[in-house]
Amino acid sequence: MTTLAQPIERAHDVIREDLLRPLRGASPLYLAVVGICVLIVAWAGYAWYHQLVTGIGVAGIRRPVYWGFYIVNFVFWIGISHAGTLISAILRLTDAGWRKPVTRAAEAITVFALMIGGLFPIIHLGRAWLFYWLIPYPNERLLWPNFRSPLLWDMTAIFGYVTGSVLYLYLPLIPDLAQASAHTQGWRRKLYRLLSLNWKGSDREWHALELAMKSMAVVILAVAVSVHSVVAFDFSMSIAPMWHSTIFAPYFVAGAIFSGIAALVLAMAAIRRFLHLENYLRPMHFDNLSKLLLLMSLVWLYFTAAEHLTTWYGNEPLENAVLNNRVKGAHAPFFWTMIVCNFVVPFILLGIRRLRTIRTAVICGVTVLIGMWLERFLIVVGTLSYPALAAAWGDYAPSWVELSITAGTFAAMVLLYLLFVKLFPIIAIWEYEHEAEG
Amino acid sequence: MPETATTNEHQAGAEHTPRWGMAIDLDRCTGCEACVIACHAENNIPLSDEASSAMGRANHWIRIDRYYEGEFPNIKVKYRPVLCQQCDDAPCEPVCPVYATYQNAEGLNVQVYNRCVGTRYCANNCPYTVRFFNWFDPVWPEPLELQLNPDVSIRPGGVMEKCTFCIQKIQRGKLDAKEEGRPLADGDVQPACVQSCPAEAMVFGDLSDHESKVSQWAENGRAGRLLEELGARPRVFYLERAK
Repeated sequence: MTTLAQPIERAHDVIREDLLRPLRGASPLYLAVVGICVLIVAWAGYAWYHQLVTGIGVAGIRRPVYWGFYIVNFVFWIGISHAGTLISAILRLTDAGWRKPVTRAAEAITVFALMIGGLFPIIHLGRAWLFYWLIPYPNERLLWPNFRSPLLWDMTAIFGYVTGSVLYLYLPLIPDLAQASAHTQGWRRKLYRLLSLNWKGSDREWHALELAMKSMAVVILAVAVSVHSVVAFDFSMSIAPMWHSTIFAPYFVAGAIFSGIAALVLAMAAIRRFLHLENYLRPMHFDNLSKLLLLMSLVWLYFTAAEHLTTWYGNEPLENAVLNNRVKGAHAPFFWTMIVCNFVVPFILLGIRRLRTIRTAVICGVTVLIGMWLERFLIVVGTLSYPALAAAWGDYAPSWVELSITAGTFAAMVLLYLLFVKLFPIIAIWEYEHEAEG
Repeated sequence: MPETATTNEHQAGAEHTPRWGMAIDLDRCTGCEACVIACHAENNIPLSDEASSAMGRANHWIRIDRYYEGEFPNIKVKYRPVLCQQCDDAPCEPVCPVYATYQNAEGLNVQVYNRCVGTRYCANNCPYTVRFFNWFDPVWPEPLELQLNPDVSIRPGGVMEKCTFCIQKIQRGKLDAKEEGRPLADGDVQPACVQSCPAEAMVFGDLSDHESKVSQWAENGRAGRLLEELGARPRVFYLERAK
């Protein structure tokens, strides 16, 4: 018995050491990237301060394009947040073995993307300091928010999603925090012990945790689908041409999962490369995610084709104005770039088995993120530029404020992720121990 | 006693809730834009400079849309004054998350400036694009701030605004009638645009009163409503000859 247990114990030690190593120290490259990100985020913070003090007019939005980059970014980041839920919840529920090194990286993306995305509806308000008026809090004037408004559904959904995804990230962290506490010193030891809620690893604790994780996986899956449906409702509940579409909810959910997987591929490639976790994040994981990305690319193409074909065939003047601008007017370069980024590139690079490598997966991750950002731009700005009365048509260009805040959110994502990998093991250690014991 | 009579008459008047509406005869409109100027003066609408106008930030609660028919030199211009259509099923109302816009008892789509947080969703969902946003706190070049109408509030930056059918003039009309001890008569209330139209192309009044001028115009064979097919049930009627 003891002779058999010996190598397993050692394997544990190696895995634990491998996965806790990234927490220690910081390379000059790491510090440099953190520094650059902090600068960009600080600049974006200044831009927002400037907007709050001077007025929302410092942004480029104007009549009739009342929603611009802020809402584009909002939809984009909420979309990215779908990485964690799909990969993690579906793979956990189906008990797919290859999920082990992937889930936490995905769940962290969800939490950070939601924190960033959730800020945009506030940044975009004319009077951002009054955002809490959307919350149904008790007040002496008995004023309630308007539950008929999709924006209120949106806020409710995103609050719920943030809460759920933080819990969903935290639960599987608990056993790892206990381990990390045992193998670190100083303030980290105290922090990890506090966060691990004094986890001992008893059978009762494991049963409770398994039950909680399984339940949260089911809940978070439902919440994730509903959240991006509600984001789609912000557009489809209106009567604006090419927003008022019945397929918007599933179209947005599919697009969100698509861009979420793209973000996950990029994050995993970076973790593999810079944290030297090549033994854990193996080509097989990228291959599986590439296939998922390819699948979602085809689903996305199907929705996009259905949407545009129906509009084109319907030949309604109001919708035609939007459609023509999109496929052959001022927005055509964006539209066709989107088609190339979201379909042509992934279809070739990931569809042909010989070309499907970690490198091409990363390339596709980048193009899909660009393509999906453009999709949201085309939907938000494209429709608003062409209201029903032709006399009110207009265009839009972002100002430096919108560009700065947009850049700031990408830097914030990188920054939060960098801090996270230094504070918490990015790959779940205990999942490997379970494997060894099983 | 006269005082009692006044009270009774006023109460009798109060039982009747008007449904305000407007009719605009496009065959009479010359596109002179006097209504636009009058509206600006009456409603303390901020001015915009050349750059912000070019950018699309000029706020005119009423505007003249121009549509051209034919090719130069045989060109015909059609003018259409467009203002808030005060819809009975207004698409702007349900989408506001804080109830900053709603339909009041007299059918007006009112905007509550103090409640507005500036999501601008209402403006996106208005098919007529007649909602305007205050991009900044308003400033008037000296001495124009001295001509501001004391009956109309100044809107701060970050809130939506739009045509109110000159609700302050409706209020004034009601108060005057009450003071004189008579019910509000047709034509007592004249929004600034209607009052200033040199071609007399616009009438305003109570659509629930079939004798009123606006009802008669609205029932005219030439009358129709803008984007009627969207089902917002606007209460501004446009009269024009069928082609």
